[in-house]
Amino acid sequence: MATDNPQTQKAPRAQKAQRAQKAPEEQDTRGQEVLGQWVAQRAPEWREIEELNKSIRGSARVDTLSIRRAVDAYRDLGADVSLVQRITPDGRLNQVVNGLFVNLHNTLHQEPRAPLRTLARLYTVEIPAIMQAIAKPIAYVFSLFFLAAFTGWMLISTYPELASLFASETMISQVQSGELWTDDLLNIMPSSLLSWSIFTNNAAVTLFAFALGTLFGLGTLYIIALNGLMLGGIFAFTNQYNMAGRLFEFVIAHGIVEISIICLAGAAGTLLGEALFRPGLQTRKAAFRQAAKQGTRLMFAFIPLLLVCGLIEGYISPNPDYSLTLRVVVGVGWALLSWALLTGRAYRWLGLAPDSATIPD
Amino acid sequence: MEQHQLVVNNPTGVELALPIAGPGGRSYAFIIDWHIRLLLALAWYLLVLLLIQGGIGTNVLLLNAPAFLIYVLYHPIIEIVMQGSSPGKRIAGVRIVTDQGLPPGVGALVIRNLFRLIDSLPMLYVVGLTACMITKQNVRLGDLAAGTLLVYDKSEPKLEGIDDYAGDTKLNAKQIEIVQDLLDRWYVLEPTRRTTLGQQLLARLGERVTLSASQRSALDPELDASKSDRALRQALQELIAPTV
Repeated sequence: MATDNPQTQKAPRAQKAQRAQKAPEEQDTRGQEVLGQWVAQRAPEWREIEELNKSIRGSARVDTLSIRRAVDAYRDLGADVSLVQRITPDGRLNQVVNGLFVNLHNTLHQEPRAPLRTLARLYTVEIPAIMQAIAKPIAYVFSLFFLAAFTGWMLISTYPELASLFASETMISQVQSGELWTDDLLNIMPSSLLSWSIFTNNAAVTLFAFALGTLFGLGTLYIIALNGLMLGGIFAFTNQYNMAGRLFEFVIAHGIVEISIICLAGAAGTLLGEALFRPGLQTRKAAFRQAAKQGTRLMFAFIPLLLVCGLIEGYISPNPDYSLTLRVVVGVGWALLSWALLTGRAYRWLGLAPDSATIPD
Repeated sequence: MEQHQLVVNNPTGVELALPIAGPGGRSYAFIIDWHIRLLLALAWYLLVLLLIQGGIGTNVLLLNAPAFLIYVLYHPIIEIVMQGSSPGKRIAGVRIVTDQGLPPGVGALVIRNLFRLIDSLPMLYVVGLTACMITKQNVRLGDLAAGTLLVYDKSEPKLEGIDDYAGDTKLNAKQIEIVQDLLDRWYVLEPTRRTTLGQQLLARLGERVTLSASQRSALDPELDASKSDRALRQALQELIAPTV
């Protein structure tokens, strides 16, 4: 580096003095000096704020003093941001100060974290309240399902040749030779794998029955009607070979809850459609958001129930050792328990939930 | 061009502006995440196959279920743990915020991931991408349902650079920022391009402030390429931090 230039050897103060003399063209240099002083003055506090922010983010419990300091710092930073935005709106200084401000903003606006209490409230208060609020759509969707099932039954009873609509070739030939496809399920796969694949399948149908409500409710209605048709059709088909009783025996332990949950998810799906068709006093977006929130909360109840249904369908339903009585007891018992859990009665009986009327929403 | 922004109200009365990420940034993040979760699921497959010798037999469940869960639950779980981000989003420089500009809660994250079912229909996220292109805030249906959106994340403030403003420099704030910007991007730019830019900037600033001998020599066209590159960078650095 060349050092023979007199400019670089001058002390900073001499440089400043020199610049101060050339007043007219140095307007923004003067501004720069002020900005420099200001940044130099604020920088230590900005560093402190960043440290404070990190320590609040990183710890589960924060003392009151830190929070008060953070609130003060937030106000100060707000002033800094507005100043910098005016001076250099596109520069790095703005990015730095704005970044600090956003980080602190996020920290101060954090939701309180109490996962266990939130979950408890979800299951004991919120889900029962939603179930109660959507009683009407639930009734409609169940009606649609049974209407479709009846149609399926009538269809296959009247036109037996249409059985291939609902049953595969192998299923049909099996039934024709006097066997039910559910008879040797356990020889094909172990109960654990059977439970898992049934569970994932049911979960997918349930989630789709809800989410497809986004298509103005039509997707939901399609899934519910299709499942109803299939159930009715299959029963009519096996009935022609006098095996409907055996199919009932297979289905009863897990079927009540499984079908109910698909219908309940369908009811939640029709809420999405209704929000889009008739948003009421809200905007369409707000109504849709509300319906999505309610429905998704219900899914938190449905998925665990389906897991149990999968276990029943994998371990109890295909096992020929269990009597019809036991199957009916399991099926009806599980249905009653599910109903008690969904409506919140189970928690109230156990004294786990306060009366929902006393909890303000 | 005015950037597409989410403006957030806050008690200080200052406009808090977050730049909204469009279909490009979103897709980029998604593709990275998709590769990660696919590789994780495959890694589980390989691990199980390696550990269980002599046929998997009844262990199909051990092989399938966790791989499936990794693939399906990757987004909701990672987004909840990382408070609205994911490895892909971090690399793409985007993050999820609520329409109030805040980190999203668990409920919103679950909703936006549940509605992936719809957004990914009929294949390759056609619904989601279309929604993303026609909505004002460039969101897919899941975000619409959850009340979230994606913004570019500039919230990592780099405090090291700010001393340049306080240093004894002859430049004003705008000029400092132009120099800083070029220096930040120095090694990303093509050598010939950055030499041109650097020389132009130095020459232009030379009209307003007096350059030192070393700074002037960096402008010398006689210098060979690699030497002038280093000299230029140093000359620019000296402009904003003359004491170094």
